[in-house]
Amino acid sequence: MALAHRLLPSPMDVAGQMWTLATGGRLLPDLGKTLFRAGVAFVLAMAIGTAIGIAMGRLRWLDSLLSGWLVVGLNLPAIVVAIVLYIWLGLTDLALILAVTLNKIPLVATTIREGVRSFAAEFDELGAVFRLSRLRRLRLIFVPQLMPFVLAAARTGLSLIWKIVLVFEVLGSDGGIGYRIAIMFQFFNIAGILAYTASFILVVLAFEYGILRPLERRVGRWRPVRP
Amino acid sequence: MATGPALNIAIADKRFAAQGPAVLAQLHLTIAPGSTVALVGPSGVGKSTLLRLLAGIDTQYSGTITIDGMPAAAAPPPGFVFQDPRLLPWLSAIDNICAVNPATSREAALNALALVGLADVGDLYPHQLSGGMQRRVALARALAVNARLLLLDEPFVSLDRALVSEMQQVFAQLIAAARPTVIFVSHLAEDAARLADRAVLLDGRPARILADLTLPVPRADRDAATVANYRQQIDAAFETVG
Repeated sequence: MALAHRLLPSPMDVAGQMWTLATGGRLLPDLGKTLFRAGVAFVLAMAIGTAIGIAMGRLRWLDSLLSGWLVVGLNLPAIVVAIVLYIWLGLTDLALILAVTLNKIPLVATTIREGVRSFAAEFDELGAVFRLSRLRRLRLIFVPQLMPFVLAAARTGLSLIWKIVLVFEVLGSDGGIGYRIAIMFQFFNIAGILAYTASFILVVLAFEYGILRPLERRVGRWRPVRP
Repeated sequence: MATGPALNIAIADKRFAAQGPAVLAQLHLTIAPGSTVALVGPSGVGKSTLLRLLAGIDTQYSGTITIDGMPAAAAPPPGFVFQDPRLLPWLSAIDNICAVNPATSREAALNALALVGLADVGDLYPHQLSGGMQRRVALARALAVNARLLLLDEPFVSLDRALVSEMQQVFAQLIAAARPTVIFVSHLAEDAARLADRAVLLDGRPARILADLTLPVPRADRDAATVANYRQQIDAAFETVG
């Protein structure tokens, strides 16, 4: 009975553990560390992946040159990238963030490339006929067409980043949610693991409903409302 | 009172690929200020290509096109109406008009919408407008960019009869009010017979001017018999080569 209780803690036990870890333990600093790593990797991967995706979507020769590497990047096991970078750069934040970024860039680049390929040529002609400046074309024609793909890349990429950051923290780091869960695993501390997981999930949900969905609504407010 | 510019067209050769066939060759036209000219011809003859040369977006040809003495590519952008409304779906009607000309204020955009009878739809997105309303917003956009020179590429294509009649009425009122220079492309003799002062008939490959007809009866005074007569003249010119 005691074993069952320890392996299957009640929601109340998990909530209590969360409160204890947040007020007196290392939950908040660990959460901060993980979010910092995920956040930096996310921004870097989105910026670099978007730039590569746009270039590949626009320049056929670059697409031919890089599309093979993109396939390699998409299918290379994330753990391999992390291990190699840990060996080269040591168990540092830089190595971890770089590993996450490198794992995510191909996904972003692929999504953005497909988006750019789907752009309507008619709107390019519209810009040419009315002699719109480059900046105006970018703001009024290019970005609105790209935004749904950026948001799709952000959502799929973010879900990937949350997962691999934790795995890489387990593999080698000096703190963070993954690191702490690895320690709790050694003590079979299920309540602690679930408390950490739940708090992490709360952050993910807050990001989804607090930032991503309102942004999506704003960007897509012109779309017809489906019955 | 002519307010539109004069156009001088002298195209020696236009082809899409260096080794490809010529689409236009030795095409010479002078268009008077404030006139309404219909370019009529079968699909694929090169009418839309000619319109793009006039708009200055395609400069890959030998020859010259001047608008009030300026090369077309350097002249102010024309008020262009595409075959489809081509409104940016993420912008409201007003913003679609302001988008193509930074100098257009919201008030000026509203005025342009009022000219085509759409003063109260400025804040609606294209998907909230009917097909005919979208076409009229596109016309308002063209007016806001350049009300002196209007280039229209098959403006009445794919519209039902009622909508064509509605658009032609709006169009005729605009021409009567401002006397712009208008060049519109159509494959239908009927459009030219109703709206144009002059019909330039194109045919062949490369396109050549088959006939250049003056349609002297003012638009407002054209009855069914006049329109039928003009249409017959245009059809007859095509039949002589058919």
